[in-house]
Amino acid sequence: MSAVEIRNVSKIFNRGRANEVHAIDDVDLAIESGEFVTLIGPSGCGKSTLLRLVASLLSPSEGAITVAGKSAEQARLDQDYGMAFQRAGLFEWRTVAKNIELPLELMGWNRADRRRRSAEMLELVKLPEFGDHHPAELSGGMQQRIAIARSLAFNPSLLLMDEPFGALDEMTREHMQTELLRIWEETATTVVFVTHSIPEAVILSNRVVVMSPRPGKISEIIPIDLGERSDDTREDPEFFKGVTRVREALRAVEGL
Amino acid sequence: MFGFWEGALAVFEPDGFVLPPPSEIVGAFFDDFDRIFTGARVTGFIIVTGLIAGAIAAMVAALLVTRFRLASEIITPLAVAISAIPIIALAPIFQNWFGLVSSRPNQLIVALLVFFPIFINTTKGLSQVEASQIELMESYAASKSTIMREVRIPNALPFVFTSLKLASSLAVIAAIVAEYFGGRQDALGNLITGNAGLARYAEAWAAVLAGTIIGTILYVLVVVAERRTIPWHSSIRGTETTSGG
Ligand SMILES: Nc1ncnc2c1ncn2[C@@H]1O[C@H](COP(=O)(O)OP(=O)(O)OP(=O)(O)O)[C@@H](O)[C@H]1O
Ligand SMILES: [Mg+2]
Repeated sequence: MSAVEIRNVSKIFNRGRANEVHAIDDVDLAIESGEFVTLIGPSGCGKSTLLRLVASLLSPSEGAITVAGKSAEQARLDQDYGMAFQRAGLFEWRTVAKNIELPLELMGWNRADRRRRSAEMLELVKLPEFGDHHPAELSGGMQQRIAIARSLAFNPSLLLMDEPFGALDEMTREHMQTELLRIWEETATTVVFVTHSIPEAVILSNRVVVMSPRPGKISEIIPIDLGERSDDTREDPEFFKGVTRVREALRAVEGL
Repeated sequence: MFGFWEGALAVFEPDGFVLPPPSEIVGAFFDDFDRIFTGARVTGFIIVTGLIAGAIAAMVAALLVTRFRLASEIITPLAVAISAIPIIALAPIFQNWFGLVSSRPNQLIVALLVFFPIFINTTKGLSQVEASQIELMESYAASKSTIMREVRIPNALPFVFTSLKLASSLAVIAAIVAEYFGGRQDALGNLITGNAGLARYAEAWAAVLAGTIIGTILYVLVVVAERRTIPWHSSIRGTETTSGG
């Protein structure tokens, strides 16, 4: 069973009005369980929209989406996925630990379990001593790590990430990519990831989905086979091959 | 500043009753302490009860407006209409309804006057939430009331305290000016008009001083409550680091 199945999905905003936007046109995509899939494409090609459709934060104008065999809506209600955005979106009135515990609170975990879990997650993102701090006391990169810890806290089988590292400096970004890969390997989570960065897409993914705009469509799907990643993967010829293929696909899309 | 005030009066020797020197005002404050204290109690009660009633009404209205579209369509135009009325000008009318020496009309004036700024600010705080924070809550399948409790209300608290600070001084002005037209005879407003009418300017100013003290106490109380309620907010943390370093 696929973790995510997107079948002939279209999304039209403000249908029939002057500001009608055909954001997604007839997208078909099946994502296997445990797969890491990245969406890349020029601004406005519908990457965020597609992610929100999978999250059932939007509903498709046409077509259907299933997550773990259920409707996307049901998967949302069952809290089957975790989500992280470009902006960390932490709640400034909650401590760091309480931010991570928020989804657990909403799911009715008891206090002791929540505490234990948030401590584990803080270890995972390597910020164990910051649990009692408020988000405003953390740097942007640290906040983003907390947001990722929060999206992973309840062990979702699916992780949806919309440019989560967009605001980070290059070194923090590479570090976070390594962390995310480690977490992904440890937890066997399925990940759908949106980015503008070609190397990021290549280093992280099993498949890179290249999208074209107006209306948003899949123009090419590029498989990446880098095996298990290590510190040397970024210097691997296979890595550069992947980067070149994605770049060429993007050039074609943007008509350059 | 007070020294300059004393000095300037001594040099220019104006008519004396226009602006008495601070020493005379403070003297009158203590000479007349019983009456001023009673006045401050009566007016203070009106200010505090009016402020609390107006604030509660404003916050409840803001919650309803944010939560229910129907409420928004009814309450928002009503609130805007109220804000367009020169509320202080209603004092004599209300005093006609409730009786000239009643505290009720003046409480009502205070409540009406503080309603709008608190309503507007609270509504703003409840609705100006980062879109991704709402999406995040929806991704957890959180209900509208959970989102209200966990996101919108905490987000609105800094706005509420800002408006309460503004409202605390508005309430003092509203109560005293309303008392110029009527209300209990022993209230501060009457003390001011009464003494000014008898050319007892130092006594009138002493009553104004009492009003200033009430306003200051209220403001400080709001600030203390703010620090205790939202210690996480940048405005508070900012002041903490400045005073600490
Ligand atoms: N809520 C909405 N209402 C109307 N139009 C929308 C809405 N959300 C997105 N759109 C439109 O849909 C199209 C795709 O937007 P989307 O945000 O999915 O692009 P994107 O690929 O994520 O772009 P970026 O890389 O800049 O984040 C754009 O033309 C955008 O204007
Ligand atoms: Mg986007």
